[in-house]
Amino acid sequence: MYDKVWLIRKWSSGLLAILMLIFVSACGGQQSETTSTTGSTDTTKSQDTTKTSRLNTVKKRGKLICGVSGKLPGFSFVNEKGEYLGLDVELCRAVAAALFDDPNQVEYRNLDAAQRFTAVQTGEVDLLSRNTTWTISRDTSVGMEFAPTIFYDGQGMMVPSDSGIENLEQLQGKTICVKSGTTTEQNLADQMSKRKIDYNPVVFGDDDTLYNSYVQGRCEAITADRTQLVGRRAILPEPDKHSLLEIVMSKEPLGPLVANGDSAWFDAVKWITYALIQAEEFGIDSSNLETFIDSSDPNIQRFLGTEGSLGETMGLPNDFAARIVKHVGNYGEIYERNIAVPFDLERGLNQLWTEGGLLYSPPFR
Amino acid sequence: MTEAKIPLWRNQRVIRYTIQVVVILLLIAVVIVLGNNLVNNFQQKNIRLGFDFLSRKASFDIGDKVIDFRRSDPYIKAILVGLLNSLRVMVVGIVLATFIGITVGIGRLSDNWLVRQITTVYVEIFRNTPLLLQLFFWYSAVFLNLPRVDNPMVLLGSVYLSNRGINIPWPGGTTSTWFALGFICLSVILAIIIWRKQIETIEQQGSSARILQVVLLGIAIAATCALVWGLDWRQPQLDREASNILGGLSFSPELATLLIGLSVYTAAYIAEVVRTGIQSVSKGQWEAARALGLKSSLVMQLVIFPQALQVMIPPLTSEYLNLAKNSSLAIAIGYSDIYSVSNTIFNNTGRSVEMLLIVIVIYLIINLIISLLMNWLNARVQLEER
Repeated sequence: MYDKVWLIRKWSSGLLAILMLIFVSACGGQQSETTSTTGSTDTTKSQDTTKTSRLNTVKKRGKLICGVSGKLPGFSFVNEKGEYLGLDVELCRAVAAALFDDPNQVEYRNLDAAQRFTAVQTGEVDLLSRNTTWTISRDTSVGMEFAPTIFYDGQGMMVPSDSGIENLEQLQGKTICVKSGTTTEQNLADQMSKRKIDYNPVVFGDDDTLYNSYVQGRCEAITADRTQLVGRRAILPEPDKHSLLEIVMSKEPLGPLVANGDSAWFDAVKWITYALIQAEEFGIDSSNLETFIDSSDPNIQRFLGTEGSLGETMGLPNDFAARIVKHVGNYGEIYERNIAVPFDLERGLNQLWTEGGLLYSPPFR
Repeated sequence: MTEAKIPLWRNQRVIRYTIQVVVILLLIAVVIVLGNNLVNNFQQKNIRLGFDFLSRKASFDIGDKVIDFRRSDPYIKAILVGLLNSLRVMVVGIVLATFIGITVGIGRLSDNWLVRQITTVYVEIFRNTPLLLQLFFWYSAVFLNLPRVDNPMVLLGSVYLSNRGINIPWPGGTTSTWFALGFICLSVILAIIIWRKQIETIEQQGSSARILQVVLLGIAIAATCALVWGLDWRQPQLDREASNILGGLSFSPELATLLIGLSVYTAAYIAEVVRTGIQSVSKGQWEAARALGLKSSLVMQLVIFPQALQVMIPPLTSEYLNLAKNSSLAIAIGYSDIYSVSNTIFNNTGRSVEMLLIVIVIYLIINLIISLLMNWLNARVQLEER
């Protein structure tokens, strides 16, 4: 009996040692591989920026991996046919159109608010287009790089219409549902402490549970970005029984983002985003693109890639802007399709700068 | 002298030590490689590791809390609030689960057909469905579907059930409360001493020790009186204007869901532990005890249960550890436990590695304490019987 036990012990420790040896050698191999590639980037960086950039990885893969919410009508949502729709989704499609001339070469990953930054940091997604608010701490200490804002939003508060609540002060002592890991949670705390209103937050990690709990009467109010509330209200059981308070509690500039420290990839995403805005400013859309191809305006020629090499120097096809407009359209069309028509929302701040809004693209020159 | 003749590679002792040294070295190597990898990757992304952020302002609020917390308090206090919330669930959950588990476990061995069937169905249902699903069920199908807060369901005139949670009467903090509480504690201690004495009398003298039973009854009556009138119970009151229930002890739907969900789930496992524990005591013990003329309840109390306990405690420890760990599912239903709070913190600060380390260490410490306590209990039970 004793011998048997001893034998098992002896063998198990041997087995453990072998397992660990395999593990270490595997890790060690990987380690040396990564260090060697990073070493080569450092030396070759000056000559060829795109060598190990994610831009190249994506091109080689032939498919873009895009992190989205997947649960937010208007921004990213799966329809009955299983297709992804929304403003955030269109941005992923624009990037795919620019790179592959095919907006469908995108693999979507649904991400929680809590997972999203880790997913970008670890490279699980190439690009995060998930109605994420651009803040200084996310840009710096969290290690993200924000492309231009594609939607200027503000935080709102939704209450059942029959509750008679019209301002934040009336929420004294009430319960408010909020999503965890968002700027919303902090803005709520800021606003309420500024106004000295005592309230009781109930914090959920998942959108569906959050809105479901609000509908079931767990909270007197729910707070999120205003468009988000409008979008989700449309899919509540009785949409007309809920209304938004007048107040706008914060600035929420939402845009796509990538990981810090890869300027080639960041530049590509940044200028693809700007191309959507610039196309609208030029008046180029998916229906009249053909008429602009032969335009005599050098600005438009450069933009569409018939003159100069703006795209190529970035590591993109020269006609990337034309591809985007052809497959996805300009910003105005995207807004119309995803936000204006379904939710009847004015463009407001999301108008071009020439129309009194905030959308402004630096020159394509 | 003979040792010198054995070559090194065949010397058992040398081989044994070499293997152990190699294993330890490999273990250290794994840790170093992984740690190095982490630090390298963080350096590449310009992220620094450190815990200095813990003293910064939290700038978020927490709904369920045992101690006072404001948005101007530091992150570390937010973690403490989360920890206390977790401990509250673990402690109450373990007590509830044990209580339900023992009842159901004994029920499964009952002579009554109906009781046996009901407990079997209970165990099979709760043991064979995922806990997360059960929590969602309790939350959205049970607690959020209770009547609205302005028209709550009132049980026994004092327990208020509404979609804002459960409110039960709770002692007020007056001197009379503390006096009564002290009295009740004293009577419990006294009762335990007398009860042991009674068992001793039964075991050694074979008499039923009636006098002691009467004394016990007296103590029980006195303690119950103190419990009912002395504690200065505060009844929950419905405040219709603010549509809120005030007074008494209130459990939010999230806390109630987590407590009920976790204890009902864990109780199903504990019931099986109890059943197997009791069944592991050989039939001969029952027969021998009956042959001595003991009543069924006394057989259980004096002969079977003490022996079953020896078998039950080790698996019971695992169930308690599981309950403690499963409490981290709180985040799914919006209860601010330590994991949920740290989730918010690491989202606000981007310090995922640091926060995960903190949470891991805290869970580790809690579970080691539970293990230590249970091992101590186990050792005591074994000693008493051998």
